[in-house]
Amino acid sequence: MTDITKEAIMPARSFLSQDAIQVFYRLLAAFLICAVLAVLSDSFLSLGNILNVLRQASLTFFIASGLTLVVLTAGLDLSVGANVALSACIAGTVIHKTGSPALGILTGLACGGIVGLLNGIMVTALRIPSFIATYGMLWVLNGLTYWYMAGETLHGFPAGFRQIGSGYLFGLPIPVYLLLVFLGIGTFFAQRTVWGQEIYAIGANPVAARLSGIPVARRLLLVYAVSGTMAGLASIIFLSRLNSAEADIGESLTLPAIAAVLIGGTSLFGGVGTVFGTFIGALILTLVLNGMNLLSVSANWQPLVTGIIVILAVWLDMKTRRRAQ
Amino acid sequence: MSDALPIEVTSPTPLLELRGISKEFPGVKALDDVSFAVYPGEVHMLLGENGAGKSSLMKVLCGAYRADAGEFYYEGKKVAISSTADAQKLGIAVIFQEFSLVPYLDIAQNIFLGREPGGRIPGTIDRRKILADAKRVLGTIGFDIDPSTTVDKLGVAQQQMVEIAKAISQNARILVMDEPTAALSDRETELLFELIARLKADGVSIVYISHRMAEVFALGDRITVLRDGRRIDGVRPADVTPDQLVRMMVGRNVDMTYPRHFADKPGELLLEVKGLSSATGISDINIEVRRGEIVGLCGLVGSGRSEVARAIFGADPVTSGEIIFDGKTISGEPDLAARRGIALIPESRKSEGLALLRSVSDNLVVSALRKLFPSGLFDQRAAQRTADGLIRQLRIATPSARQTVGLLSGGNQQKVVIGKWLAAGSKLFIFDEPTRGIDIGAKSEIFALIDRLVAEGAAALMISSEQIEICHVCDRAYVMREGRIAGHLTRNELTEENIVRLGMHHA
Repeated sequence: MTDITKEAIMPARSFLSQDAIQVFYRLLAAFLICAVLAVLSDSFLSLGNILNVLRQASLTFFIASGLTLVVLTAGLDLSVGANVALSACIAGTVIHKTGSPALGILTGLACGGIVGLLNGIMVTALRIPSFIATYGMLWVLNGLTYWYMAGETLHGFPAGFRQIGSGYLFGLPIPVYLLLVFLGIGTFFAQRTVWGQEIYAIGANPVAARLSGIPVARRLLLVYAVSGTMAGLASIIFLSRLNSAEADIGESLTLPAIAAVLIGGTSLFGGVGTVFGTFIGALILTLVLNGMNLLSVSANWQPLVTGIIVILAVWLDMKTRRRAQ
Repeated sequence: MSDALPIEVTSPTPLLELRGISKEFPGVKALDDVSFAVYPGEVHMLLGENGAGKSSLMKVLCGAYRADAGEFYYEGKKVAISSTADAQKLGIAVIFQEFSLVPYLDIAQNIFLGREPGGRIPGTIDRRKILADAKRVLGTIGFDIDPSTTVDKLGVAQQQMVEIAKAISQNARILVMDEPTAALSDRETELLFELIARLKADGVSIVYISHRMAEVFALGDRITVLRDGRRIDGVRPADVTPDQLVRMMVGRNVDMTYPRHFADKPGELLLEVKGLSSATGISDINIEVRRGEIVGLCGLVGSGRSEVARAIFGADPVTSGEIIFDGKTISGEPDLAARRGIALIPESRKSEGLALLRSVSDNLVVSALRKLFPSGLFDQRAAQRTADGLIRQLRIATPSARQTVGLLSGGNQQKVVIGKWLAAGSKLFIFDEPTRGIDIGAKSEIFALIDRLVAEGAAALMISSEQIEICHVCDRAYVMREGRIAGHLTRNELTEENIVRLGMHHA
């Protein structure tokens, strides 16, 4: 829409913020999918299945939550999957060598964080566009992981460590608790901290943000480091859940994480979106896959369905936002 | 008033006449029963504040908007303009402020974009013919340039010439120009005026939108004033004074001399720039600004004024020299300068000053986040309260603090940019063309605001191409030429002649 019409029309903003409306639509969509699946499949509403959905959604969410911050700054982190693989393999080795899960967890988080920081340095100091920098990083990390693992598989971890991914507490899987914790932290960080506000401002207009006195480079470093650390966290959960690590475990993770962010309503152009939206995005993605499994639809259809949902979600967002402007 | 012609006509039938045009958008009547006639070979000035309906009228003229009601007559015959193609067939062409040229194509390709002459093989373009035709069209407007030059190598004025050439090549008989001199230097403006005179002589009619009073009287054959979507009056320049026009535009008396309370003696030194050079081409800049002062920074467009502002603010890397602010040396990124109390109100507020899709509130607090929330915890309600306070203080016209800032008018957007630095508690305000594209009412409000700021102990460094504004408002001024300070003018020496004399390229 042109400036002229923008100036002519001056609608008051509706009571609910745009973000709230987008999240509301998504919750509605998730409920609809649940309702349809509940009708079509007897086993969908079983406790076991629901917990399973939540656990799977949590794995996607850990990666996607950090990624959401990156996308909010109008960037992209394509290296998250490869980062998970490298971090998992290194953490696994540390646990095997030292027998200390705590040390392994710290190493995994640190590895993820350092990779993220390197991404951030490439984007800020070297001014390489983020999707290129992190795409390069994806190959570098894959190369390192394959070289390091040399075709080996790590498996067999202490029972206590395996609880993180597969254990239960008061009847709920432990990853679901972690999901709630990080959903809370992520939402708080984005909505209730000065840093979060600055991240939105950077995504909305990086030039204006810099000329408004926001330390853009430092915030971007933070955002990429957080994204990397969240990949590190995901690597620990994977390691613990699978009880093994191989070089190729990250390959199927990046694209679903991006899908969750987009389905969740975060704009690739930056400045718009929420961590909670990403959670629902991850949930919708998992629900659909789960439903297809329950209904015995061939897994070969899953990528196609995911693609359609992403396109549909982004298209609807663009339509509703255009109307709002 | 709607059907009566404003003044006696010079030629029996108008080339184009609009009668009773109305256009409504949800909540706003952009045009309300507007009648408007263009006669052959005249320059018709279209005046009005931002939001008065000039742009909407222009869009109706060129077929971008469909009028809800009203009729069009072309040489006395009723016609319809319901698409841009209709307008083009009638010979109506618009030169918008933002040009519609393709930067990586050459001038000839741009002129004939979409109408390229075919070559011998179907689907190809006759390159030789396109260049020859372009050369001929450029010749008719007296623009001597190689038509195979790519457009991205051209300056603003040259791109404008290409736009005009493009319109002429489409046999335009009515040329609508939206603030064509806004981004031109004085010399370029002169050249444009010469071209307009030539087009007039060829019988081309020009509808000219302007905010500059001097142009209105220098160029206009007739003037139509719009306000709030209505046509207020049509007059001849000889029959009105600038003050009368301003009254028509704003509907009330506005003081054309800007309010300024000069201090008896300047306050303490706030900014001292010593021998500053930057990678962007400024060298050996020495500037002092004291509290309570408004210091002008003048010179031609391209003389390095904005670059000085950016270097002081830390936005461009400094190669040598020193910036001392409030007694302390400062060097680093804009976040450091901002934290110390320097504010930059950049020239292009849409691309550099605001996050257009975010709310008024978000934009108002963005520079003050650290100050308002020292704990690092953000509170939306507190932010909104601060924003509400600023909206009242600056009289920003917005339905609420939650309104998207891109929907505000230019003057109100500018107030938001200034407001964010008020929230941050800045001490030195660097204004880069603070009144560009802002209507007269908002202009004097902004100057009153700057006056109040410096009276309260802040200081301002103001870049402006409007020399008259500098003369009215500034305590003193530096004049730049080719990246250097060419001279300094005290309050008594501050005249338009002196500014021009120092800023001109000469031996």
